[in-house]
Amino acid sequence: MAEQRATAYDSKIEGNVIFTRLDAAFNWIRKNSLWPMPMGLACCAIELMATAASRFDIARFGAEVMRFSPRQCDVMIVAGTVTYKMALAVKRIYEQMPEPKWVIAMGACASTGGMYRSYAVLQGIDQLLPVDVYISGCPPRPEALLAGLMKLQEKISREKSFAAQKPELISKLGEITA
Amino acid sequence: MTSQELLDSLRKLSGPKLQNKAEFRGETTYTISANDLREIAKLCRDDLSFDYLIDITSIDHFGEKPRFEIVYELYSMTIAVHLRLKLKVGEAEQVDTLSDIWPTANWHEREIYDMMGIKFKGHPDLRRILMWDGYPFFPLRKEFPLEGLPSEMLDVAFTKSAPLEGGPFVTQPSTAITKFREPRARPPRLM
Repeated sequence: MAEQRATAYDSKIEGNVIFTRLDAAFNWIRKNSLWPMPMGLACCAIELMATAASRFDIARFGAEVMRFSPRQCDVMIVAGTVTYKMALAVKRIYEQMPEPKWVIAMGACASTGGMYRSYAVLQGIDQLLPVDVYISGCPPRPEALLAGLMKLQEKISREKSFAAQKPELISKLGEITA
Repeated sequence: MTSQELLDSLRKLSGPKLQNKAEFRGETTYTISANDLREIAKLCRDDLSFDYLIDITSIDHFGEKPRFEIVYELYSMTIAVHLRLKLKVGEAEQVDTLSDIWPTANWHEREIYDMMGIKFKGHPDLRRILMWDGYPFFPLRKEFPLEGLPSEMLDVAFTKSAPLEGGPFVTQPSTAITKFREPRARPPRLM
């Protein structure tokens, strides 16, 4: 008869415990549940709507919860031409979003001003906001927006979330261990 | 009444005030003086069934005097006839408003004020309509560069010059057709 030996892992909770880094857990949760702020300003917004609709279905990437209140969002999709008249309103909406937050510049206009080399158009939203992903196209197809979203997810998964969120705690831990 | 009879009666009622008659594809254009504008406008609306003011536009004849020209596009819904009235405006002059005759003139005149800086006497609400209050320039004037000029209005808006870099279109003043007046700036290898 084979001898049975209890091991450290043979417990009632085996299979329900995952060991990981805190950052990896944070980032995994964040990147798969992005809540976009649809900053639709021009024709890119039509493609943004198509991306949200059934054929392309942004819900496959966990970003289907478009909120029209910036206080419930964490990724702003700037879709369209940012005029100077609108620019500070866009900035104010961005500032109302809670941290952590990201920005996708969708299309040529939001990225660089596009074809509007004009007195009325801001030459790229990156003059006002920190942009994480630029998407080329005029307007970009929904696939391009989804690719941009996946790039953003990759970027989020590399972030040092815990250190960014609790800088005091990290420095205190450093003092204790030193 | 036919369209020809309508235009004839306009001619009869305010003959000497209408100058430089021009006809193009069935549309009649007259030049009038700024002093007669309201009188002719009222006549056109009340007696001649021009019940629709389609548009008001303005032209900057930079370097000429008087500098600006305003074009009124009238239309009669009942008789289906167009009438175009033009008048010249100097740089410091004001034009009478038509916003009480055709209410649609209210926003058209605001747009002309916003883009060209022509003021309208008696307008009930002469604010900018596209740019923001406090923007210091009139962007459709000829001397205003396409790429814009820098301006700053704290907490409202700011502007910077756009990086034009010689293209995509470079307009050169001449009488040539558009193709030669606005050559596309292209990399030399494509020319």
